[in-house]
Amino acid sequence: MDWLLIIVLLPLLAAAAVGFVPGRQRRVIRGITLGASGLTLLCALIAFCTFKVGGGIQFETKVVWVESLRLNFHLAADGINIGIILMGAIVAFAAACCADDITHRVKEFHILLNLMIGGILGAFASMDLFFFYFFHELALVPTFIMIGVWGRGANRNYATYKITLYLSLGALLALIGLIGVYVQTGAESFSIPDLIAKVQATPIAESAQRWIFPLLMFGFGILVSLWPFHTWAPLGYSAAPTATAMLHAGVLKKFGLYGLIRVAIPMAPAGAQSWLGVLAWLALANLLYCGLVAVRQKDLNLLIGNSSVAHMGFIFLGIASLNVIGLTGAVLVMIAHGLLAALAFGLSGHLYRQTGSLDMSRMGGLLRQMPLAGSALLMAMLAGCGLPGFANFAGEVMIFFAAWSAGLKTVTVIAAWSALVIGGLYMMRAIRNILHGPIGGDWAKAADASPLIAAALGLLLAALLVFGFAPGLLTKRIEGEVTKIVSLAKPSAIAGQIQTAEAAGK
Amino acid sequence: MDGQLQFVQLEMMVIALGLLVLLADLFLSESARPSLGWIAAGALGLVFLLSFRSGYTGLAGDEAFGGIYRLDGLALFFKRFFLLAAIFVLVFAVDFASRLRSGVSEYQAFILFALSGMMFTASANDFSLLFVSIELITVTFYILVSFQRHRMHSLEAGVKYLILGAVSSAFLVYGIALVFGEAGSLKFDAIRDAHAGLLGSNVFLFGMLFVFAGLAFKISAFPFQVWAPDVYQGAPTPTTTFLAVGSKAAGFVLLIRLFGSVVPELTAQWIGMLMVVAALTILYGNLCALPQRNLKRLLAYSSIANAGYLLMGIVAQSGDGTAAILYYLAGYLFTLVAAFMIINLVTREGEGEDISCLAGLNKRSPFLALALTLCAVSLAGIPPLAGFFGKFLLVKSVAAKAFGDAGYFALLAVAVFGVVVSIYYYFGIIRAIYWSKETPDDSPVAVAWPTRVALGLCVAAILYLGILPNKPINWANAAAKIETVAK
Repeated sequence: MDWLLIIVLLPLLAAAAVGFVPGRQRRVIRGITLGASGLTLLCALIAFCTFKVGGGIQFETKVVWVESLRLNFHLAADGINIGIILMGAIVAFAAACCADDITHRVKEFHILLNLMIGGILGAFASMDLFFFYFFHELALVPTFIMIGVWGRGANRNYATYKITLYLSLGALLALIGLIGVYVQTGAESFSIPDLIAKVQATPIAESAQRWIFPLLMFGFGILVSLWPFHTWAPLGYSAAPTATAMLHAGVLKKFGLYGLIRVAIPMAPAGAQSWLGVLAWLALANLLYCGLVAVRQKDLNLLIGNSSVAHMGFIFLGIASLNVIGLTGAVLVMIAHGLLAALAFGLSGHLYRQTGSLDMSRMGGLLRQMPLAGSALLMAMLAGCGLPGFANFAGEVMIFFAAWSAGLKTVTVIAAWSALVIGGLYMMRAIRNILHGPIGGDWAKAADASPLIAAALGLLLAALLVFGFAPGLLTKRIEGEVTKIVSLAKPSAIAGQIQTAEAAGK
Repeated sequence: MDGQLQFVQLEMMVIALGLLVLLADLFLSESARPSLGWIAAGALGLVFLLSFRSGYTGLAGDEAFGGIYRLDGLALFFKRFFLLAAIFVLVFAVDFASRLRSGVSEYQAFILFALSGMMFTASANDFSLLFVSIELITVTFYILVSFQRHRMHSLEAGVKYLILGAVSSAFLVYGIALVFGEAGSLKFDAIRDAHAGLLGSNVFLFGMLFVFAGLAFKISAFPFQVWAPDVYQGAPTPTTTFLAVGSKAAGFVLLIRLFGSVVPELTAQWIGMLMVVAALTILYGNLCALPQRNLKRLLAYSSIANAGYLLMGIVAQSGDGTAAILYYLAGYLFTLVAAFMIINLVTREGEGEDISCLAGLNKRSPFLALALTLCAVSLAGIPPLAGFFGKFLLVKSVAAKAFGDAGYFALLAVAVFGVVVSIYYYFGIIRAIYWSKETPDDSPVAVAWPTRVALGLCVAAILYLGILPNKPINWANAAAKIETVAK
């Protein structure tokens, strides 16, 4: 079965279907969206379970799109993206559940929401560079519009412009890098497997790689809020509607990381060798700087936004260590963080709905007030600190091992310290402020999560725990593909070159 | 038909149509005259279809009138392009008729005459035909720009266009004279053979530089762009559309033919200058568009920026670059026609085209709001629309060269910067439509059915060029390839 094709097409068809429903039929619109994302989730689950480990590329769909440019509409899954697609489908369903806080222009919102979901899943399922980029943009444009029209807070216009300009810049830099890859390989197609095969035979000239890799690194990096290009993220997420923040912070943002692993490193390994040291230090800045900024936040959404930017540091670090365990850990954290970010933004969206404010200094005692949502928030915070049992822990630990063995010892020590101490600091403080103590003034009448939202949050938590207790479900799928990438980047399998980073550290 | 005249059958039909419109004017009542535009547009549609006749396309690759007129894939592409543009502009002019107050039929006839000039430029294979056809366009545009005699702005725009246009014509004719002095011929074929030996001659170089300046004026490239904002803003909106689409494309077909196929070695020598011109044009257009509140002026600056992007195709010096220009221009045609038509429908006579007039458009007419949004998004170069694919092809053609020379990288960087800046002001348009607080006017917008059809076609074309680019790319490649074979 072409599960991926169904997974990508269902949300897009749902967007079209919602377009034909009159705007007043709110229930029908919600029903279509929930049904489509539920079915998508089901298909993604089936695809994940029937995926054959070590079976290479699976569930392939290939249609010629533009003959003269050799563009193909090519969807396929391998060990890396199958997990991300499942995570994307889970988050998409949860976001659709949480989207019932939208009260005006419901129809337009749901069209955009479905488009965004289709774009996101398409971007991760595409094996053709053009569609890889195309689907990402397809998801990005609705994001901007949703923040602009349905966003909240006084800052939303500024936030809309900021996120639009930053992300467009990132996407364009990456586009030039991607075109550079295409032009330089002299390949006959935009297909990623073909390009990799081509590069394996004749690598891109090193002088060109030195240009291509930084273009991709910073282009994709801006999309993932790499320090110092991260300022759009907390601002944008605090202004975004709940579902949009869940989808963007959870899934769409991972596109840049996925691009680094899938395209930048295999295509420009020599460029990577000389730039990954820089990336490691920038990753550290993400962890440290954004962690410290998160400590100072009074607004729950800004706290989550900043901590999510800080968590990107782990993933960058895993990529920068460029070994099997590091890249596997990076993909694992991508998935874990996606679930976690969606959970956190879903919860903050629920809280925001109660009083229209997320000022933590006025919250308190919510664990008694709303036991369901409160305990979910508690678990989310603990997962964010890297508590064992949640998938985040498994991934983060792998990344520490990887970075240490790659020779990035200074960075590892600082990262581990900052992650544990700073992360623990702001998460524990948030738990104390929000969940314990006397009930804050405006919160006396706050209601617990509705069954639908509770189901969505429960699903996300369950996934976090399942992958936390059995990370092997993901890692044994990821590992095989990652090994290919590492062997492509470092044929000698000697980690020697990466030690330039260590030298820089000393 | 006589052997030579076969080549110019389309142009002759267009001129005859123009004369017929003038004649019909005498027999029609005042109220019936505007609808003549629809008939003329229909007739042009017929001419457009005739251009696909095998009896005509079979002539491609041949020259006529002693080699001054050349019919090839490039010429055919542009003739069809101009015909399409004129069809839309004529439909548009009917909507606009009430604001012209007098001379409605003359206005339509002048559009047709300008069209014939453009169609000649597509085939110009000799400096004399180049100059005459350019002048035919420019002179008719002097009139078309200042057609609203009761409006100060229109007259002012006309005078500005006249003075600067005259200067550029002077550049052009002086340059042609110098080139003729050195090369001894006005024929492109002769110059193609001779130019490699003339690269050391300052007179020849000066001549070509002046020719370039004259053409740069047509496409409003930096530093010959100063006329564009005032003229675009002041001119009647159909004229602005035709100026932005037709006149610019006429400049580009000549640039492609001259710098792409007639003097390629000179282009290679001047590549640095061309890059700087392209980069400055992109920067100037985009940066100056930022503070604009008047929609027509905004689109004027955006059209300058787009000239810069298109120049990237010339800079690429390849068949791919030329094909990218053709693709981009095709997308630009539909986008701009739709955008100007909607702006014209939304604003009322006597009021400016301030961006605030778009407020509440999504309630007044969801279709127009959606169409204008698509135009803005396409112009901003966001997939899956025509503008994105055009920019993608242009960037790809330049990137193919980039790894040999850092200058190309700088150009790409400028282009990326320009696109990011442009997203800011194009999204300003979308913002004005969907999330303005106060809506001064919420009466529904009446749209005549031919305009509705034209807008529908434009939207369909924007989507088609963006989503299913397979066939159009083949057409563009075919048109661009014949042009390079001509070397």
